[in-house]
Amino acid sequence: MTTAVVISLVVNGERIEASVLPRLNLADFLREHLKLTGTHVGCEHGVCGACTVRIDGDIVRSCLMLAVQTHGAAVETIEGVSDNGEVADLQSAFRERNALQCGFCTPGMLMAAQDLLKQSPSPDREQIREHLSGNYCRCTGYQAIVDAVEATARARSGRSS
Amino acid sequence: MKASAFAYARAASVEHALELLIAHGETAKVLSGGQSLLPAMNLRLISPELIIDIGELSELRGVVVREGVVTIGALTRHADLLRAPEIATHAPLLTKAVAHIAHPAIRNRGTIGGSLAHADPASELPACMLALGATIIARGPGGERRIPAAEFFTGIYETALAPQELLVAIELPACPQGATHFFHEFARRHGDYALAGLAAQAIVRDGRFADLRLGFFAVGDRPLLASSAGKLVDVAMTPEVLTETFAALDEELDPLEDQQATPAMRRHLAKVLLARCVSSLLDRPDLRAEARA
Repeated sequence: MTTAVVISLVVNGERIEASVLPRLNLADFLREHLKLTGTHVGCEHGVCGACTVRIDGDIVRSCLMLAVQTHGAAVETIEGVSDNGEVADLQSAFRERNALQCGFCTPGMLMAAQDLLKQSPSPDREQIREHLSGNYCRCTGYQAIVDAVEATARARSGRSS
Repeated sequence: MKASAFAYARAASVEHALELLIAHGETAKVLSGGQSLLPAMNLRLISPELIIDIGELSELRGVVVREGVVTIGALTRHADLLRAPEIATHAPLLTKAVAHIAHPAIRNRGTIGGSLAHADPASELPACMLALGATIIARGPGGERRIPAAEFFTGIYETALAPQELLVAIELPACPQGATHFFHEFARRHGDYALAGLAAQAIVRDGRFADLRLGFFAVGDRPLLASSAGKLVDVAMTPEVLTETFAALDEELDPLEDQQATPAMRRHLAKVLLARCVSSLLDRPDLRAEARA
């Protein structure tokens, strides 16, 4: 049973069939098998949030999920949500507000921030901080990230900043 | 780091999962949400030979309230508990507690059964189970077994579950009429493991506790249902009563030392939690700062 398992899933709208070893986690499957390297691997034990992706609409840590567990699931990565324009305004706000420096955490931050804005269109700064509390950034000190998310929320609900 | 190699079996039914556990229980691990199991495997703290994935057993998912009993399927995710109106109405302590469990991306995968079977002494739900008088339901080769929460947690990551048993559900008495709740934990960052925490259910009549159940966590090798709570029931609350209870609580605690806090700090935080709990539930702001004295 340590042999490879065949899985079938949808990644960013595309049907994928693959044969994977049970020990392969989803983050490594995305990066090494599918070459979707926007999903970053930081701590590999669920603390840093850099590997955040969406499974069936919910954000999850892709380092804490085995590729075999995604059989039958729909996976969305940062490549998917940036190519289809879903987070274009959030990306612009991150750029404008200097909410990234090295950019390592940014894909995970964008996935987590977009998740918040879908659930709660006008969060206050405390709610933004809480929702992003599982995503580490070692460059910005977080203030600019909270600014960017707040500005995007305002712009999306048609309020001026 | 990456997990070492293991074999993988996707359980097609509870019976199938039990067959696998009976054959391989000693060397297998059950994979539910995986939010504690996979970090431990990635860090090579454990290297099971077989992973039994129960993630597709939808019959283990969901909340049912019937005749005063709330039954929660083992695979119910933290995110589901947080949003469930039945939980908000009939087990509001859980709604409060779940908001403190890790972060949204973790709550979207982690399950109540996984959390209880993992039995991390710093986690929230085991202490809630004690405070709410829950019953843990396990199935194994001999059929179903009902284990009171007070007998379920036996040490750090240790429970009364046998290697061949599967935790399938949790039963709670529905929240009694007039019951009130307190939940608070101290952590370095929102969502991190608690340095010390308290989950409490009380019934208050005429400014006194008619009943009080205090479930402490992260203050020992397992969650603690504090018997010192008895000192606070049916008495007129004064700073002296609270001070006596602190002493009794201190006797019951056996905090562990780790990178986050010393035992002395945890003992202090437990008192601060108790003072805040009593002050909040009795609406007595004057008692809030007693632990500092």
